[in-house]
Amino acid sequence: MSDAPSNRSDRLWMYTTMVKSRYFEALIKPAYFEGKTPVFNMAKGPLPGEMHLSDGQEPCAVGVCAHLRPGDTVTATHRPHHVAIAKGVDLDAMAAEIFGKASGLSGGRGGHMHLFDARVNFACSGIIAQGLGPAVGAALASKLRGEDHVAVAFLGEGAANQGAFHEALNLASVWKVPAVFVIEDNSYGISVAKRDCTAVERNSDRAAAYAMPGHFVAGNDADTVYRIAGEAIARARRGEGPSLIEIETCRLEGHFMGDAEGYRPKGEVDRLKAADPIPAYRQRLLADGFEAGELDKAEAEARAAVDAAFAAARAAAYPQPEEAFAHVFA
Amino acid sequence: MSSPDAPTVIAPARRLTIARAIAEAIGQEMERDATVLVMGEDIAKLGGVFGTTTGLLDKFGPERVRDTPISETAFIGAATGLAAAGMRPIVELMFVDFFGVCMDAIYNLAAKQCYFSGGQVTCPMVLMTSVGGGYGDAGQHSQTLYATFGHLPGLKVVIPSNAHDAKGLMLAAIRDPNPVVFMYHKALQGMGWLGTVQRSITDVPDADYLVPLDKAKVVREGKDLTLVGLGLSVHQALDAAERLSGEGVSAEVIDLVSIAPLDRQAVRASVRKTGRLLAIDDDYLSYGVGAEILASVCEAGIALRSAPQRIAFPDIPVPFTPVMEHFVLPNADKIVAAVRHMMEPSAND
Repeated sequence: MSDAPSNRSDRLWMYTTMVKSRYFEALIKPAYFEGKTPVFNMAKGPLPGEMHLSDGQEPCAVGVCAHLRPGDTVTATHRPHHVAIAKGVDLDAMAAEIFGKASGLSGGRGGHMHLFDARVNFACSGIIAQGLGPAVGAALASKLRGEDHVAVAFLGEGAANQGAFHEALNLASVWKVPAVFVIEDNSYGISVAKRDCTAVERNSDRAAAYAMPGHFVAGNDADTVYRIAGEAIARARRGEGPSLIEIETCRLEGHFMGDAEGYRPKGEVDRLKAADPIPAYRQRLLADGFEAGELDKAEAEARAAVDAAFAAARAAAYPQPEEAFAHVFA
Repeated sequence: MSSPDAPTVIAPARRLTIARAIAEAIGQEMERDATVLVMGEDIAKLGGVFGTTTGLLDKFGPERVRDTPISETAFIGAATGLAAAGMRPIVELMFVDFFGVCMDAIYNLAAKQCYFSGGQVTCPMVLMTSVGGGYGDAGQHSQTLYATFGHLPGLKVVIPSNAHDAKGLMLAAIRDPNPVVFMYHKALQGMGWLGTVQRSITDVPDADYLVPLDKAKVVREGKDLTLVGLGLSVHQALDAAERLSGEGVSAEVIDLVSIAPLDRQAVRASVRKTGRLLAIDDDYLSYGVGAEILASVCEAGIALRSAPQRIAFPDIPVPFTPVMEHFVLPNADKIVAAVRHMMEPSAND
């Protein structure tokens, strides 16, 4: 997307991609509860298992991925939908994967936490901080081949307390690879607040320990993320090494669907929803001269694409059970 | 305060889930022994994702009930240090699948501390962890990995199949001077948001009692063949045995309770009686619990009436989509089918 002709088109893309991601998850919500009522049972319905929604975190994904090309690598987390959509993962195949269908990205083997789209170099994982090492590897491959591809690892603020975080940052810095580490700070690792489990207020300060630039992005705003991420990614492309970015964002839903969220202070979610970054961004674009009709049209197209992906995913066939044995080895 | 004339007061039977039984055991031991503390991700304010520490924070406070960062290497390593220093830590590894980030602390520290020190330093800690799939959580949140832990010298490994055993095993595990890996199966845990095998919810005494960490149990007697299971597969074996009884087959069911140490004598005694053996577990097949059970019987030279069999999870990662996952998971139907085959006269050939 960095080849987009102007910042104006990037901003329109960021807005419509946030809308697309939010709408994608809006369709997941009722589908997830199908078959799980009146007694909630995670195993039931068309979308079994854990479901981690990214509502509220969309600015992180679009502000970073607006600068990325298909050849750049992204590793994401257990909360991957917004990043996957922003990276250009095939929407139809992604929806089908989440429904466990044969036409899914992995034929139903991976599910929502294990989305892989090699076409755009996207992968995600359910293990905290697991994506950092692979991002260093992808970045090293780019460097060794003399390419200008970068690798971006997304992680939550809780992952910055994993050993893998510190090892990967050090390695990336020592090898001076074109990697960017993006922390989405949504304040909680499941129930545990950042302030209760992290020694520093801002994880971006930890960049100093690995001799790389560290940026803290306040405000959960796509334009600010875009600007800071643009600098870090450009720096990486120039061969000047890795950066760490921490983005202040928020999780508008529970850790997973069905989370009672008793650990949240009263009124927190209402406050966060009142500051929802997507309508706020629309207002900014209108103030900056975008036409309402232009935004409406882009939104409608985004929603139509998601509707089509969900309709196709629901209609798609399940894989043959015996397919479970395929792809264990190459 | 009873007098000889007073009527005997019998406490009403309390039926608890495994989750409640675990939390009760930890709480009772924390009251009895000031060196016991519990640490892990989301175990304080949330009470554990799988309910193992419900109510403990309110009762014992944040010094002894500690939410940790997502730093398993550090806090499980810290547990070995606490144990060496005379404390009795209980740590929770939320999903056994997460062992990859912290296995060094488990198998190179906890498991070897006593041995390397020639017995000077012990490691009385409990590592409790959830296991098992069947609910569409895919391959990084659905494994059991019994054999991975059972394979490592220096670790005791127990898996309760019901709430009564869970409480007694947890009390025994905390008091044991060695590291005990306490695996609880999500399909038996009794969490509101996960289905639960009702048979795992049992009467649980209020009182303090121990269930030995090294003894298997015969949970159903029979004479034609021996079904050996642990955790969830005990229930699948019991379901299968019930169906088989309608076909005139009398199946004995053994609940291993522990895989390290493994109560080989209990298995051998049963198979000597029945002459047939089928082991069932939901860990990966190769080099697994079933293999160890079959080897224990074969090595003893017990005469068998049909070739010993095992049912386990095939050697593939756990797939997400339910049509695949339920195709490969063990279940009572597969046990019944395997037993029917074993009972055919031609099975002796």
